[in-house]
Amino acid sequence: MSSTTANIQSPEVRRKPANRDKMVLSIIGYVTLTVLAIFCIFPFILVISSSLSEESAIIEKGFQIFPTAFSTEAYSLLFKYPAEMLRAYGVTISVTAIGTIVGLFLTSMTAYVLSRRDFKWRSRFSFFFFFTTLFSGGLVPWYLMIINYLHLKDTLLVLILPMMMNVFYIIVMKSFMSSIPDAITESAKIDGAGDFRIFMQLIVPLSKPALATIGLFIALAYWNDWYNALLFISKSELMPLQYYLYKMLGNMDGMRKAMMASGAVVNTDLPTESLKMAMTIVATGPILLAYPFIQKYFVTGLTIGAVKG
Amino acid sequence: MKQKQHGFWDDVKKYRSLLLMLTPAVLFFLLFAYLPMSGIVLAFKQFDYTGGVFGSPWNGLDNFKFFIDSGDAWRVTRNTALYNIAFIVVNNGLQIFAAILLFEVAGKWFRKLTQTVLFLPYFISWVVVGAIAYNLFNFDVGTVNVLLKGLGMQPVDIYNTAAYWPFILVIVSAWKTLGYGTIMYLAAITSIDTEMYEAAEIDGANIFQRIMKITIPNLMPTVIILVLLAIGNIFRGDFGMFYNMVGNNGLLFSSTDVIDTFVFRSLTTSNEIGMSAAAGFYQSLLGFATIMLANYAVRRYDKDRALF
Repeated sequence: MSSTTANIQSPEVRRKPANRDKMVLSIIGYVTLTVLAIFCIFPFILVISSSLSEESAIIEKGFQIFPTAFSTEAYSLLFKYPAEMLRAYGVTISVTAIGTIVGLFLTSMTAYVLSRRDFKWRSRFSFFFFFTTLFSGGLVPWYLMIINYLHLKDTLLVLILPMMMNVFYIIVMKSFMSSIPDAITESAKIDGAGDFRIFMQLIVPLSKPALATIGLFIALAYWNDWYNALLFISKSELMPLQYYLYKMLGNMDGMRKAMMASGAVVNTDLPTESLKMAMTIVATGPILLAYPFIQKYFVTGLTIGAVKG
Repeated sequence: MKQKQHGFWDDVKKYRSLLLMLTPAVLFFLLFAYLPMSGIVLAFKQFDYTGGVFGSPWNGLDNFKFFIDSGDAWRVTRNTALYNIAFIVVNNGLQIFAAILLFEVAGKWFRKLTQTVLFLPYFISWVVVGAIAYNLFNFDVGTVNVLLKGLGMQPVDIYNTAAYWPFILVIVSAWKTLGYGTIMYLAAITSIDTEMYEAAEIDGANIFQRIMKITIPNLMPTVIILVLLAIGNIFRGDFGMFYNMVGNNGLLFSSTDVIDTFVFRSLTTSNEIGMSAAAGFYQSLLGFATIMLANYAVRRYDKDRALF
């Protein structure tokens, strides 16, 4: 294993040659962590190489880690007739953008009020929100509320509204804002600023790190959501990306129809297996690309969350 | 300021802008959490569409009786609890192990890269995980069978064999949560006072003794809290995971059906609204009781870290 030899030669170990136990642990550490890392990334590699395999090779030999016959047929088919996929992308992007902006605004505004120590009913309202994580009416009443009373079935709104606020995010945000000195709010009040203005002009700029973190958590949840679509969306033009993928994976006829709806002349030998994998990659792509840059915000969020507010 | 009795409406006036700022959130939770709670009455009703939630006739405890007598109640409750127990043990064990190793290995570059790779599955939707499962477990073209055939062994029909799934689901859960949990535990380890380590080193403790005698005991409070809170959620199944891995594959229900998937199916496929509401209410009550117990336990252990 190259990483272990690299470690043995690392300056820190050379400096203290006597510490055999440290070296043993380092070897165990590097080997185990490498195995775990491979365990975590292997499925992704598998899907990528399957998406780049020739369909006939998949049918004959199955999915393989190293494709025996390389082909970009699945991708060129996807990009040749992208109408359906683009529409799903459009739905997901709009839902994610609107939901994240509005959700983040409401979450932070709520958190700010709950972080104000001079607000008399602070703990009562906190409990009002928190109680919903302890007890709920269950799926059925919630489902009927949305379908029969709010009449949100098959609307774009049903993909946005139910996920807009989350008690956990409010709590994390509140604990961050509690660390902003009270003096800021107090001196602004003396200067005659209203609560909303204090929030927008003073608290929001000071909360940027927490806003970035919570915003990304909210955005990821919207991007990955398929559950609300599963329950409430039947029109194909309103399907978000993940649900579209779910549909395509589950049903090859649907895939054929979708390709035809996008203008493809489809014969019977559509490369379904490699196409499924290519669709998976295309649906995950933006996250995989953004991942290296956004990862650190999630780490911050987890460490704030772990400390509890 | 007048020195008169400070009434409720005076407070409303005093805090009007703060109250106004809270209004959207209050409305949100009223609409999506509190008002639906009144729909619990459905659990005691024979639902029909003309009567709706409040006009349908009552049928006492029939829905619960049906849920219990069919044997479903016991099966899904058992599955939900057993899966969650397995997830708690395996996931936390693996995460703590990985966090300790990550903390101890020297290379900063290696540490960063590993953390990034371990955290990746957390970002993927359950639908994509379902696609990965299909890639691995499909009978004809799945990677597992490709490997088995390559070794000269018989292919296995995973999607038709209930017995494999507890293992598969435990591995998938470990895979998805490894990075997330490792980062949380790593943060806890990093906050341990380094002076303790230095003192131990001067006293001649080797690194394994240091881990056993310092790192693990100092990590225990965090572990206990996280595990207790997880136990509080033991009757809540991860719908996304079970539904995307198993779907509506009835052959696997004996070992994979959890309360959440059962409630979902009763509502959407078999349309048994009353019974589905009863099962959901049963889950809510059970969940409420366990989370209260868990919180009580946390409170006894460390008052500051209790939920409330």
